[in-house]
Amino acid sequence: MSGTMDGRGVVFLGSPAFPDAARTALADTRLRTNLRRATTTIRDKRLQVTGELDDWEDLRAAGEAVKRRTLRHLDVHLLRLEESVTRAGGVVHWAADAAEANRIVTELVRATGGRDDETREVVKIKSMATQEIGLNEALAEAGIAAYETDLAELIVQLADDRPSHILVPAIHLGRAEIRDLFATEMARWGRPAPEGLTDDPAALAEAARLHLREKFLRAKVAVSGANFACADTGTVAVVESEGNGRMCLTLPETLITVMGIEKVLPSWRDLEVFLQLLPRSSTGERMNPYTSMWTGVTPGDGPRAFHLVLLDNGRSDTLADTVGRQALNCIRCSACLNVCPVYERTGGHAYGSVYPGPIGAVLTPQLVGVEHAASLPFASTLCGACYDACPVKINIPEVLTHLRAEVVEAKRAGRRLPSPEALAMKAATAVLVSPARLGYAQRAAALGGRALARRGRIGRLPGPFRGWSDSRDTPAPPTESFRTWWRKNREGEQG
Amino acid sequence: MSSRENVLGRIRAALTDVPTTESPQDVPVPRDYRRSHAEGDLVDLFAERVADYRATVVRADVTQAAEVIGRTIAGRGLTRAVVPDGFPPQWLPAGDRTWLRDDPPLGVARLDAVGAVLTTAALGIAVTGTIVLDAGPGQGRRALTLLPDYHLCVVRAEQIVGDVPEALARLDPARPLTFVSGPSATSDIELDRVEGVHGPRTLDVLILTETS
Ligand code: SF4
Repeated sequence: MSGTMDGRGVVFLGSPAFPDAARTALADTRLRTNLRRATTTIRDKRLQVTGELDDWEDLRAAGEAVKRRTLRHLDVHLLRLEESVTRAGGVVHWAADAAEANRIVTELVRATGGRDDETREVVKIKSMATQEIGLNEALAEAGIAAYETDLAELIVQLADDRPSHILVPAIHLGRAEIRDLFATEMARWGRPAPEGLTDDPAALAEAARLHLREKFLRAKVAVSGANFACADTGTVAVVESEGNGRMCLTLPETLITVMGIEKVLPSWRDLEVFLQLLPRSSTGERMNPYTSMWTGVTPGDGPRAFHLVLLDNGRSDTLADTVGRQALNCIRCSACLNVCPVYERTGGHAYGSVYPGPIGAVLTPQLVGVEHAASLPFASTLCGACYDACPVKINIPEVLTHLRAEVVEAKRAGRRLPSPEALAMKAATAVLVSPARLGYAQRAAALGGRALARRGRIGRLPGPFRGWSDSRDTPAPPTESFRTWWRKNREGEQG
Repeated sequence: MSSRENVLGRIRAALTDVPTTESPQDVPVPRDYRRSHAEGDLVDLFAERVADYRATVVRADVTQAAEVIGRTIAGRGLTRAVVPDGFPPQWLPAGDRTWLRDDPPLGVARLDAVGAVLTTAALGIAVTGTIVLDAGPGQGRRALTLLPDYHLCVVRAEQIVGDVPEALARLDPARPLTFVSGPSATSDIELDRVEGVHGPRTLDVLILTETS
């Protein structure tokens, strides 16, 4: 693919210069091929199922309006949610930042256990909020194993403990690699892969089923995110495909849900809009296989204890910007990623955040402060495809332009703009098209991001990409695993 | 200051552009969208959309329920199943079969081993081909429809609504709700769709109609 995408302003991809390293190039070719295939497939499905609804634009308008109603009175809705959840037997916690959220969850898990030396574990449903705060690392530090149960996350987690292995999301991995990973790594975490495992996707899914089932059946605590929570009824909803969500939400005795404060909806009725918008925009299905909804606790059915952790972590700052505020409308459908010409070439790693793609380019700088991620608002061609695809009508190009102005303003005002950032802005072209260099930058970002997640607000540690908190899909292999690094460095980092 | 007060204070400080006189209801939400996208016969549409997910759909007259259920599970090679309280006993086929009640509650290992469950449903949604379980009579607690590998769900024709807004209006949010649209699935390995990860790998939906 060359540097021209759609004839509009091409910002980053003018002169692709791909790395010489054969391995990196190979990984990159597969990444690009897989990404293109994935985005094209999902894009087509999405267009088909949204096209089935002749009032799609009305639904988008309603979705946007509900989110506007939510955000303009966020305090009111959150208090109402707290009251409803409490009335239904749940317990609500408030977390100002990542460190506090991690501390709350850790203490809740500890409180469920028996003796102190008992090995503790939790099962987890893939959740962006918990990735954002680095919860798994915080739990690990407290001696609690967090098992991801989404198949892609399981694959990544199994890969994570092999320092030599490329840290990539499942989309980068072929079936043969997944087979090898299962065959060698599963036994270390629980039930081993069956003898003679083949690389047939059905066989691999079956191996994952058996491996995880053992964990589901004995799990005492689950941690989840939330897609929606209705203020009036206290009902929380999780949307998923595999059934691992249902397992986590149903079988353990204690359920801990970490939810960004912007996920609240004013009323139960509002779900009628979002349960149409989300599956169709996300996976291009009329409805995803499973949606679970629960209100507090139900005696005799599911967890006996339910904790809802309301997470700010930069969201109230984002709320203060009347233009940027709309980024909080996001329902994490990923439609904007699938239509984005930049994302299709770079993959999620380029954005250096758990929030990749166009939404990441507007959300991350706002969550961490624009001076800490000054290059991200430039990671776009402003072609507008994301705005058209967005089910809640976030005008991403508008917010990008607005944030770019802020970056320039910050520089002009002589605000402390770290020089590595300025460098990063200039070098952004090279970084975005060069996985090797990106990987290099990413490692720094990942280490900084993870370490600081336990300290508080993202964006406090030095480093060229401060605040970029997750890089599980870094395309180049780190020279040492995070664990190794952590062991070597934790003494000096203890704050 | 507690974090609660801290967060609420920050939110309020961030919203200085919102007039103090404005209430949430003052922010208009246009609800011009359709209550339903269903066209034609709801039962036909529901059957078609459920089958779209590669779940098996069987239609029968309510008087034939026991016979059809017997044939369906026999076709799956099953001789026993969990049957939650409130499942109409007249729908249970006769013969040499074991029906397990969830009273006292069955342990997870037992449920995992049983392999099959028969339930009713709270309602069906035609446009999306969804069955909704609300732990009402004949449905049991959520684990019953999660651990067994086979789920036969009986939906009466009059329980089928057109679309999502109509469904939510009928449901009680205080109950634990599970929306099921086909068997569990993943596309995480080379984008190949694999059906049956953690939920029941086989879902049969029986639609019962009443001819008066
Ligand atoms: S910003 Fe992107 S991920 Fe968020 S709702 Fe819009 S299209 Fe979906």
